[in-house]
Amino acid sequence: MMDMNPKEIFRFDVGMLEDVPRLGSRCVKTAQGHVAIFRTSDDQLFALRDECPHRGAPLSQGIVHGTSVTCPLHNWVVSLQTGAVDAPDEGRVETLDVRLENERIILTVLP
Amino acid sequence: MDFAGGKERLVVIGNGMAGMRTVEEILQRAPNKFQITVFGAEPHPNYDRIMLSPLLAGDKSFEQIVINPRSWYEENGIELISGEHVDWIDREKKLVRGAEGSVRDYDRLLIATGSNPFTLPLPGVNRPGVMTFRSVADVEEMLAIAQPGRKAVVIGGGLLGLEAAHGLNLRGMEVAVVHLMPTLMERQLDASAAHLLEQKLVQRGMRIFTEASTVAFEGEDEEGRVNAVRLKDGTRIEADLVVMAVGIRPNAGLARAVGLACDRGVLVDNMMRSSDPAIYAIGECIEFEKQCFGLVAPIWDMAKVAADHITGVAETVFAPVATGTRLKVSGIEMFSAGDFLGGDGAEDIVLRDAARGVYKRLVLREGRLAGVVCFGDAADAGWYFQLLKEGQELGALRDTLIFGPVATASDPHESLAMLGDEAEICGCNGVKKGTIAKAIAGGCASVEAVRACTKASASCGSCTGLVEGLLRLSLGSDFTPVKVKPVCKCTSHGHDEVRRRIRGQELKTIQAVMQALEWKTPDGCASCRPALNFYLLCEWPGEYKDDSQSRFVNERMHANIQKDGTYSVVPRMWGGMTSAQELRAIADVVEKFNIPSVKITGGQRVDMLGVKKEDLPAVWADLNAAGMVSGHAYGKALRTVKTCVGSEWCRFGTQDSTAMGIALEKTTWGSWHPHKVKLAVSGCPRNCAEATIKDFGVVATDAGWDLHVGGNGGIKVRATDLLCKVTSEAEVMEYACAFLQLYRQEAWYLERTAPWIERVGLKYVQERIVDDAEMRRALHEKFLYAQQFVQQDPWAEEAAGPRTQYNPLAELV
Repeated sequence: MMDMNPKEIFRFDVGMLEDVPRLGSRCVKTAQGHVAIFRTSDDQLFALRDECPHRGAPLSQGIVHGTSVTCPLHNWVVSLQTGAVDAPDEGRVETLDVRLENERIILTVLP
Repeated sequence: MDFAGGKERLVVIGNGMAGMRTVEEILQRAPNKFQITVFGAEPHPNYDRIMLSPLLAGDKSFEQIVINPRSWYEENGIELISGEHVDWIDREKKLVRGAEGSVRDYDRLLIATGSNPFTLPLPGVNRPGVMTFRSVADVEEMLAIAQPGRKAVVIGGGLLGLEAAHGLNLRGMEVAVVHLMPTLMERQLDASAAHLLEQKLVQRGMRIFTEASTVAFEGEDEEGRVNAVRLKDGTRIEADLVVMAVGIRPNAGLARAVGLACDRGVLVDNMMRSSDPAIYAIGECIEFEKQCFGLVAPIWDMAKVAADHITGVAETVFAPVATGTRLKVSGIEMFSAGDFLGGDGAEDIVLRDAARGVYKRLVLREGRLAGVVCFGDAADAGWYFQLLKEGQELGALRDTLIFGPVATASDPHESLAMLGDEAEICGCNGVKKGTIAKAIAGGCASVEAVRACTKASASCGSCTGLVEGLLRLSLGSDFTPVKVKPVCKCTSHGHDEVRRRIRGQELKTIQAVMQALEWKTPDGCASCRPALNFYLLCEWPGEYKDDSQSRFVNERMHANIQKDGTYSVVPRMWGGMTSAQELRAIADVVEKFNIPSVKITGGQRVDMLGVKKEDLPAVWADLNAAGMVSGHAYGKALRTVKTCVGSEWCRFGTQDSTAMGIALEKTTWGSWHPHKVKLAVSGCPRNCAEATIKDFGVVATDAGWDLHVGGNGGIKVRATDLLCKVTSEAEVMEYACAFLQLYRQEAWYLERTAPWIERVGLKYVQERIVDDAEMRRALHEKFLYAQQFVQQDPWAEEAAGPRTQYNPLAELV
């Protein structure tokens, strides 16, 4: 514990890769609201705040394609890599650090 | 000569592919020369016998395999006497007599009686359940027995037998194949390819018995249904159904009886003329230079030659050429042609790619391609077949030959330009490059025009690109492909093209569609994925596995997402009827889950709004417990069937509209469509159920029921068009199902019935649903077939499942 990077304590094991469907998403409840974990067709993972910058709809319920998700309410397209919204719409969603370690999904949620 | 209104009389015996192709060829050459009568023993219009296998497998419906519908006969002034066997030809008086007494005189007679399947003269062959595989009637008989879990034995591991086995396997039967020879399809495949094929079939759950000789068909008593096949070595294979596919023989009985020269088949010369100069014969019933014919390509050649001579326009002669064979079993690519066994003096070039399950063998003689077998990848088969037919010296081509044409020409445009006029562009319809070039020179300037004029790309559509290429080569910048609105930015193809290719190329997964149609994105987008998912679901009911990640949120969650991320839940209320028990259960659910709003919907149901995602499965479980199921208020699916109280209570009501509505809803619920679909039934013309703004509206009258289609409330109100009037409840049901099936198999995704009907025209719909009883019945059946796979309540399934998608992955609070 003594050698641990202070950031380590904000890292959480939230589940297995298989818990998130390919081209799909699952939510994690945090003190700051929901985080959506996305899995692409080639098994990359991304984590974004589960709120569309447009009207706050849950992005986790959208259709995932390539490295983007289309919002279920009004079809805004959000980049999973940057959180940026595709033109002509404008806005950005907060992204979080998520990675796969020994088949476990590790999500970093800073306070 | 006996003239009929100045025309010569032509009588055709046999309404099959050979006979009708000849008639088509004759009409092309001399449209007004003959008064034509066609006798057909089967009670159907002319259909594509090659497609019986896909019909058995459920990949195609009867209406899809009809080549010439009854309207074609009418349009061309042809008299079709179907369902009547011809039992005599009086050659002296030039008369043909049917078994029902129809008599027609002729100037020219064409015999195209086809072939009969060979039946094994074994004990028990007449037991019910033992049959052959030759006609639509055979397929219907098989389907009556074919049920998941039942057992089928196919005798004969040749082309036809394996296609039958595949079809029955797809229908869920446990299939065993009994084959006399050591390897399957020995007339088309060498041992290596046959081995790969056997492996593939075993993987699909079939049992294969080779070097197996059948000795008896066993059953309960003397004449009871078949229950087993006994082999020579004593093995007993249980069977509810036995299909014999051990070969065919020419049906030359009539010709023989009236004294025409026959051996195995009707003997013909190279002009397709029999020993009587007024009588021609073609197809599987003939014998030419000691050869009989069972494949379609040489028969098309015969049809041309016969037409040339019957009309007198040309002096062509028939010369059989090499034919290639493909197996029509989805997921197994196989092609063979020529001398594929090699041997003395022959040189073999073999390629094996185990990882891909590919085997290719080329047999060369004297520097020329003499035979080819492709298994696992038959994409280059057409190219090899062309080389084989042309018989040209391979020269330097030999070294890269096995890798296919791509290795030989890097620019596809260039390779297209290099092809000779004899090169086959469209494999389905046997259309050559020269024919297409001639059509283009004659004024065909679009793919559609070439398709209409030559049939190239009219079947599976995979050569559409080649046809476009030829147009571009001939017309240069004058050729502009028709701009169709693409499905989305991931593709340049329109909805119709995508659906045609799914059907024609038997594409059965989203990935397969994207691969075959060269999608520009790796996994599509939120526009095309739901569309493809629907098209596949619609085309391959029971076979395609619904992809929930390609569903919009509402269909994935089986509830309607609201603007705050909560959901609304609407249980089904059949025909708008409910009960104290249902209402009490709804009240209990509302209180138990603190559901903030309850609303009566426009479709005569109850909407619970503001349900939290995590609560959905529990809400459904409670509603299920009271007997309620999903109302699909969230889906591109059958929504409500609105009714009035009808004759049960209303003093104006003329019919029991409520019962009709409930029956319609019970039959159609669960069906997926391009968009939402609403039905309504009104008990009298006062129309309290507002049936004339529904997708399918039924209005009772004193005389029966008026059926209305294509109505729509919403942004742009559209009143329905009157489809037709019917008298019985059964007709209402048949027309409704047929209409829904036509709509969902032809409309574009997200196109409601109103804009669809405006696009195709009411007449188009009426021609198929009202005028063509056979097509209506086929559509109705197809709808019911698909319904068996979808009428399971998704709520019950989700509530009983792991419920993961409704719950958070983790809670860090």
